[in-house]
Amino acid sequence: MSTLDGSGGPLQGLTRPTPAPAAPAGQEQVPAQAPRPRRRRKNWGGWLFAAPAALMYAVFVLRPLAASIQYSFYDWDGITVATFVGLENYVRVFTDPQLLSSIWHAFFLIIFFTVVPVTVALLVAGLIRELRSKGLGRLAQTLLFIPYVIPAAAAAIAWSWMYATTGAVNQLLSVVGLESVTRAWFGDPAWALPAVGLIGTWINLGFCTILLMSGIGKIDVSLYEAAKLDGAGFFQTFRAITLPGLRQEIGVCVTITVIAALASFDIVFMATQGGPGYSTMVPGVQVYRLGFTESRIGLASALALVLSALVLAVILPLQRLFREK
Amino acid sequence: MRTPTSTRIPGVALLLLAMAFSIFPLLSMLCTALQPQGSVPLGLSWPSDPQWHNFVDAWNVADITTLAGSSFLLVLGVVPLGVLLATMAGYALGQLRVPGGSVLFVLLLLGLTLPFEVTIVPLYYQIQEMGLLNTRLGLILPLIGLNMPFAVFWMRAHFLNAPAELSEAASMDGAGAWQSFRAVHLPLALPSIASLGLLMFISTWNQFLLAIVLMDDPAKRTMAGALQNFVGQYSTDVVLLNAGSLLIMAPMILVFLFFQRHIVKAMLAGSVKG
Repeated sequence: MSTLDGSGGPLQGLTRPTPAPAAPAGQEQVPAQAPRPRRRRKNWGGWLFAAPAALMYAVFVLRPLAASIQYSFYDWDGITVATFVGLENYVRVFTDPQLLSSIWHAFFLIIFFTVVPVTVALLVAGLIRELRSKGLGRLAQTLLFIPYVIPAAAAAIAWSWMYATTGAVNQLLSVVGLESVTRAWFGDPAWALPAVGLIGTWINLGFCTILLMSGIGKIDVSLYEAAKLDGAGFFQTFRAITLPGLRQEIGVCVTITVIAALASFDIVFMATQGGPGYSTMVPGVQVYRLGFTESRIGLASALALVLSALVLAVILPLQRLFREK
Repeated sequence: MRTPTSTRIPGVALLLLAMAFSIFPLLSMLCTALQPQGSVPLGLSWPSDPQWHNFVDAWNVADITTLAGSSFLLVLGVVPLGVLLATMAGYALGQLRVPGGSVLFVLLLLGLTLPFEVTIVPLYYQIQEMGLLNTRLGLILPLIGLNMPFAVFWMRAHFLNAPAELSEAASMDGAGAWQSFRAVHLPLALPSIASLGLLMFISTWNQFLLAIVLMDDPAKRTMAGALQNFVGQYSTDVVLLNAGSLLIMAPMILVFLFFQRHIVKAMLAGSVKG
């Protein structure tokens, strides 16, 4: 659900889309039972338990999804009669430079939402392990995680002020003698998108760090001891033990943050509305604009479906890549 | 063995840098929120005379009392019902293994990757058709629906691991599925249910897109949704904008600090649970 990604809060994106073959159980769980043959009669009555949830999901997710597919083949302003236009809306999504650029921006954001946070988080988590400082680890956990629990819309407000002409970013730059590069960051078409991206880094860094820290905690300590005895340095140990041991956790971080990047809405909508010009426009905000300000329901739906298809197209191979051998 | 100084110093430095990066924007907001109202302060300068009453003013001007009360109503509508439905469905899928349950499960998995944007336009028309546009119910029902993929996924993982012998023993004693659910499985599931409730609370409180689309009145939106109106209202006064935004963030930060262990554990479990 769309909360853990930038677009909605901590729940969405929290889960990997496909079940891992052997995911470690949460601590509060009873260890999995060994599979044993069960012979049961078909329990159709059990559907009474599943029906209410299935119904809510069908009515408020699947039905709108189906409607979205239907709308995408029509030209409709939401009020007058819709006309069937076949694939025209899809053709437009792939040919209109503005719509195409919004898709490109979403992919560009992956650098800031995924690549930077996961890389830095790996280093930080590795170092915390190396330092074996409980206090520092706990403090880091608390401070780094706060950006992840506040509303993404609020994060956008905080950073809008950071990036303002009189904001802290320019102030810092002046202090270190870089007065010449100060600017209104959101007002500069060349810098607005990376500036928005950095908000994503801010939000995701803590989540990735803590997830990777907990993953490192599960790696067999004797491996680290053996490496130390062999005289391996930090980076050697990091490459030979930490990275392979974190395969699954890295996969989760990448999956969640890539969804957050591609489906970003809250941050961009609050920070720049896609501007200046179209320099920070992303598909999420574009769908909102087309659907609710420009009343081009068909085009909005086609773009939204293309976005969903792209998310799946990126996530499914990633799942395979990070699946444990 | 102690960590060599050559790793220790850059290690601690990088950590401190990451921590500073995380709280810097919040500090900058706090510094600004304490400046005299109407001034245009610098981003990071502690005021000589901190104006703490700015928070009181922002609270009153933004009517945070109404806002928070209203957001709690939404949470009360979404969380208990959402958790109940998900627990029942998780029980059906994980413990009863209903025939055809895997089809439902795959459909739910689809919902985990689906961006909200793809349903929002049709959802608007659907809620309008139902006559629920701009009502709390019209926001609560879709939020429950959108929560189902993760929530059922979560509860199913719990019930998959709950010992089946319990149900068998209960049915020997003549208990039906419902009785064994209520008397045997529900109490055991309480920790999972509590974590789910906490996560759902955060996600509801922070939900933005649905709130701004389905609810015109900012005072009836989620806390995050209310922020949208907030910015327009205070674009002229940076000080009040920052004070008000901090007030809106504060509940989540407090909830996090208070339940830190549970939240972190639940979020991590939620992301790796399969």
